[in-house]
Amino acid sequence: MEYIEGHAYLMGDDINTDDIVPSHTLTMREPIDMAKHTLEFIDPDFVKKVNKLNIIIAGENFGTGSSREEAVNVFKLLGIKAIIAKSFARIYFRNLINTGIPAITLNWEENNFSSGDLIKIKLKEAIIENESKKVKIEFKSLSKFIMGILNEGGIINKLKKRFKN
Amino acid sequence: MSFTIAEKIFKSHSSSNKIEPGQFIEAEIDLIMVHEQLGGRIHKEYEKLELNKVWDPNKIFFILDHWVPAPTISAAQMHQDCRDFAEKYKFVHKMGMDKGICHQVLPELGFSRPGMLIVGSDSHTTTYGAFNCLSTGIGATDVVMVFATGSLWFKIPDSYKVNLSNKLNDGVMSKDFILTFIGDISTKGAIYKSLEFHGDGAENLSIDSRMTISNMVVEAGAKFGVFLPDNNLEKWIQERTKKPYNIVKPDKDAEYEQVFEYDLSKITPVVAKPSNPDNLAYIEEVEGLAIDQAFLGSCTNGRMEDLRIAAKILKGNKINPKNRMIITPASKEIYLSALKEGLIEIFLESGAIVTNSTCGACIGGHLGVLGQDEICISSTNRNFIGRMGDPTSQIYLASPATVAASALNAKITDPREVLS
Repeated sequence: MEYIEGHAYLMGDDINTDDIVPSHTLTMREPIDMAKHTLEFIDPDFVKKVNKLNIIIAGENFGTGSSREEAVNVFKLLGIKAIIAKSFARIYFRNLINTGIPAITLNWEENNFSSGDLIKIKLKEAIIENESKKVKIEFKSLSKFIMGILNEGGIINKLKKRFKN
Repeated sequence: MSFTIAEKIFKSHSSSNKIEPGQFIEAEIDLIMVHEQLGGRIHKEYEKLELNKVWDPNKIFFILDHWVPAPTISAAQMHQDCRDFAEKYKFVHKMGMDKGICHQVLPELGFSRPGMLIVGSDSHTTTYGAFNCLSTGIGATDVVMVFATGSLWFKIPDSYKVNLSNKLNDGVMSKDFILTFIGDISTKGAIYKSLEFHGDGAENLSIDSRMTISNMVVEAGAKFGVFLPDNNLEKWIQERTKKPYNIVKPDKDAEYEQVFEYDLSKITPVVAKPSNPDNLAYIEEVEGLAIDQAFLGSCTNGRMEDLRIAAKILKGNKINPKNRMIITPASKEIYLSALKEGLIEIFLESGAIVTNSTCGACIGGHLGVLGQDEICISSTNRNFIGRMGDPTSQIYLASPATVAASALNAKITDPREVLS
């Protein structure tokens, strides 16, 4: 996992896990049924937009709240490729990495991104290129440890290998 | 080298020789708590590994608490998935659905002891920090890793020292302190940090009060919220278990990234306005706001001291019929104690509804769901949009005293006025 390309979906600060997966959906048996409700209280059209806008760019404290990993899984099911945020809530960061979704911490500014911008992420070089705005932004590279998990596609794959050997 | 509590406990649970903030380590887990999440993502993910056992069925604490008894068919099916998994993998500590809320029941039964490293499939697992152990919430894939290997990856956190002095005044509770702290530091102010609570003010707090603080540190983003050990704590532990434990104190010259000072005698009743726990307001700013529901309960505030102060306020009075009050004791043990003390009778006489122990109302699951545009004053921990029901409903977080006082008037009320 070194190169990711997609279009920006912009969000604000403190997007919490109840926003992402409202609790009334939590007992649903099929993950895809749950995914249909993603962000329904704050952007009822999100599920329609997500086909095109598949890199989330958010503000501070993204994913705050519950430990519910469903809040990561619905994004994965809907095709979100990476999340860039000014900061991540601790459990949410773990859940993203553990399930193989890059979580990039970047203190971005208003003029860096607009909704729909074409974004290219080079994880190894720790560079984000906004093709639409023709700007390059460096971010603090993910640690070797974190990259190790992402390169395996998540912890489950890593565990599978460990138990095979 | 000198160490904080977090560093010391990680040191005793890891073979890594480098214990310093920012370092990634793998640590051995003493206990893992799982609830309905087991029947959500966890069981499906675990089956992918095709292992026919878990690392240690004796170190798993399994309880059903979020949707008990099941309010819907899908919740009932989730419970079935949980029970099947617990049976298949021979879990030893199966609590069923009658005991209460995980973060109350686990400590009551002596499972959280000083020096331990505990994780749980719930963000409020930080609660056990009140017992001088490291405990924190993890996601489903993390649980799978612990079930398979008994260990988990961690980043050693920086620590913040929070010095507490003096005592809370009458009508002011530890909830008012932690809401004030979160308001001051913000919901992102302690992301990934270990908070250590020091000082005579911390020692003056009951174990119940400490649990409320450790419970809500996660609302400031913290990884841990740990108290120093003292005689009160050891007495509490020894009344509940004969199992051994190791108290952990930080080294005198341990390094803290930040130090905060709070004089508890200066704390006054506060609320967190919708829709974020750091949206702090003094009670004077919101007094008189009409409410539809007052909720007392949850892992944050459903303990004996919470019920006692509510009973003191409600005794001989009637709840204003313009609103409803719902009281959910945090565990069956608490429910029974409250019954023996006559508190339940006081609640019922006052017009409150008393429910079984569950997370129900706090997560908008059942037993207190809010309708369109309704306003609730609640002793719970999160006031996010739609948290307790309809997305247009609004939640004001407050102490049990403020909740009970407000229920009497069907509007937000300063508990000091009712108590004096």
